Amino acid sequence: MSKGIAITGMGIISSIGNTVAENLSSLRAAKPGITRLDLIETRHRDAIMVGEIKKSNAELETQIGLAKDNNLSRTSMLGIIAAREAIVQASIDDIDAYRTGFISGTSVGGMDMTERYYTTYQESPEFRKYIATQHAGATTGDIARHLGIRGYVTTISTACSSAANAIMLGARMIKAGKLDRVIVGGTDGMSKFTINGFGTLMILSDEACTPFDENRKGLNLGEAAAYIVLESDKIVKKENKKVLGYVSGWANANDAFHQTASSAEGEGAYLAMKEALDIAEITPDAIDYVNVHGTATPNNDMSEGTAMLRIFGKENIPVFSSTKAFTGHTLAAAASVEAVFSLLSLQENMVFPNLNFKTPIEALDMTPQTTCLEKELNVILSNSFGFGGNCSTLIFTKA
Amino acid sequence: MEKKYYIKHYCAIKNEAVYKNGEVYHEDETSDNLKDFAKGIYKKLELKYPKFYKMDELCKFSFLASEILLMNEEIDEDTALVFANKASSLVTDRKHQETINDPENYFPSPAIFVYTLPNIALGEISIKHKFKSENAFFVNEKFDSSFIMNYSQMLLDTQKATKVICGWVDLDSNKYDVFLTYLTREEGKQITIRELTDIYNNDYGRISRRA
Amino acid sequence: MAELVEELKEKIIDQLSLEDIEVSDIDNNDPLFGDGLGLDSIDALELIVLLEKEYGIKLTDPKEGKAIFQSVQVMADYITKHRTK
Repeated sequence: MSKGIAITGMGIISSIGNTVAENLSSLRAAKPGITRLDLIETRHRDAIMVGEIKKSNAELETQIGLAKDNNLSRTSMLGIIAAREAIVQASIDDIDAYRTGFISGTSVGGMDMTERYYTTYQESPEFRKYIATQHAGATTGDIARHLGIRGYVTTISTACSSAANAIMLGARMIKAGKLDRVIVGGTDGMSKFTINGFGTLMILSDEACTPFDENRKGLNLGEAAAYIVLESDKIVKKENKKVLGYVSGWANANDAFHQTASSAEGEGAYLAMKEALDIAEITPDAIDYVNVHGTATPNNDMSEGTAMLRIFGKENIPVFSSTKAFTGHTLAAAASVEAVFSLLSLQENMVFPNLNFKTPIEALDMTPQTTCLEKELNVILSNSFGFGGNCSTLIFTKA
Repeated sequence: MEKKYYIKHYCAIKNEAVYKNGEVYHEDETSDNLKDFAKGIYKKLELKYPKFYKMDELCKFSFLASEILLMNEEIDEDTALVFANKASSLVTDRKHQETINDPENYFPSPAIFVYTLPNIALGEISIKHKFKSENAFFVNEKFDSSFIMNYSQMLLDTQKATKVICGWVDLDSNKYDVFLTYLTREEGKQITIRELTDIYNNDYGRISRRA
Repeated sequence: MAELVEELKEKIIDQLSLEDIEVSDIDNNDPLFGDGLGLDSIDALELIVLLEKEYGIKLTDPKEGKAIFQSVQVMADYITKHRTK
């Protein structure tokens, strides 16, 4: 088995908690963060359920300690909070001590501010400061500046697999010796832009989502940011760092089927899982638990389930669950949210439940883990698939 | 021993013209918008691919440039796509925003929304040619040849891909800047990062009237 | 009815960006999906938007579209019965 790249810190803010500890406590208590939308005024309020972080922008500004005249988007602020927690946990005091990078995924960037102020720019100069924040790269720049990272900084925008691809790129750069340390993950704030977009695709559920259930009605949108710190073996050894786990497998493949839908045979998902197993130098039977993408759309769960049957075989499907019923689908942050959850699973030896599940999908006959399960976990596979056929798989192993 | 890779073809779309390997492939000084300009290139290529018309402009230009690179080439499923730009999918983001701005005339369109992500362009190319290797779309301040080359070479070195289409496809309002290259292990123009920057910066002696 | 059928064909061509197709290419009873015009799932969603925007008909379940979008003729019949504008 490949040893992989060491993870020394993690941070998260999601609808089930503002810190790693709060997220863990909600997961253990099987307490979801799915509610009606409170912080954005929309006619869709009664038509959808969401995973919303119940902190206003003003509260986030205060928490971070921003100046009044700041122009940070919600996406940037969530990102700062999560990345800062990750850096603190990794005991990084001097960010410049090593070659440090920052790779962040986002799909909406500063859209939340643009949609709020777009029509006022003509007559209200005081809001024009948000024009510069719209750019997806501006979000990454904001967070990097706040953390004082001056090295390699880039943004990945591959829809709902963005954070997985950020983690993959970071791991490869450490492996190739291009960086000593890199903070990787993703962030996406809630926006009307995505609510309406997913609405037109008619894949939003009006109830709490039910991943891998025969009668699933669609997904709940969520907002979150999550980051992990990857460090070279050299730093880990030199500074005697505590390692939370390793990212030991990664792969990205294209489904080459449709702009937004996944293929019936789950080809992209199959290839991503297969190649990640190859990179980790393990066979499917080594996987103790799969944190599935499991968005609860009819299309995703069917396609992903089919791909899993192809990889593992009907008799050997590992324990699996989707944690989307806790947080909603947090888009570009989803893979890093689930990376943090996977690390918590390794640390606690616990599979977190797939909430709201009742009936197996008839054509698949696969039943997810529906309660907290204590089980020795050494190797976890986590899937994240994005529009554009962009399929990614990460494998995490115990320290 | 260091493995060698080659730029087999490159394609630039700038200043109202399309260039393949440095030669003019198509010129169009009459179209006054991106849609017509793209349609002219599509007609020139004599493609029969009605899905083309449904794409947004970022996808159309990405698709057309890759078609030009792949003319008469044997298609390989393990071709990776590594793209970058500055404006992400901003052109289409604005269009989607317009459909939800006015409460009285409020009809968000699924056909527009699906293109509010830059990597859909990679999806469209993958769908056309059944490419199943790695896709990455980066948002950067400007074209960074060393970054793109390093990433692409890593994919080739690790056998993740046998060929790579990589480069820069940036669209904003009526401005466009497209530069894609086709990297292979076959013979072609072996090239350094410095030279790649120079090819990208070549304006072929023309200045855009719209600049 | 004949007028509505023609109008629908124009709107479908326009809304779904079917640039190489003329009104005369679409037979009233041709299937819209599959082999017919080769439309896909995004087109189906776009037709749902068209129904609401142009004729005030609101579908909430994408599955309803399947029966309605069999052909231009079936679509026109449905619109005649249910239109609110």
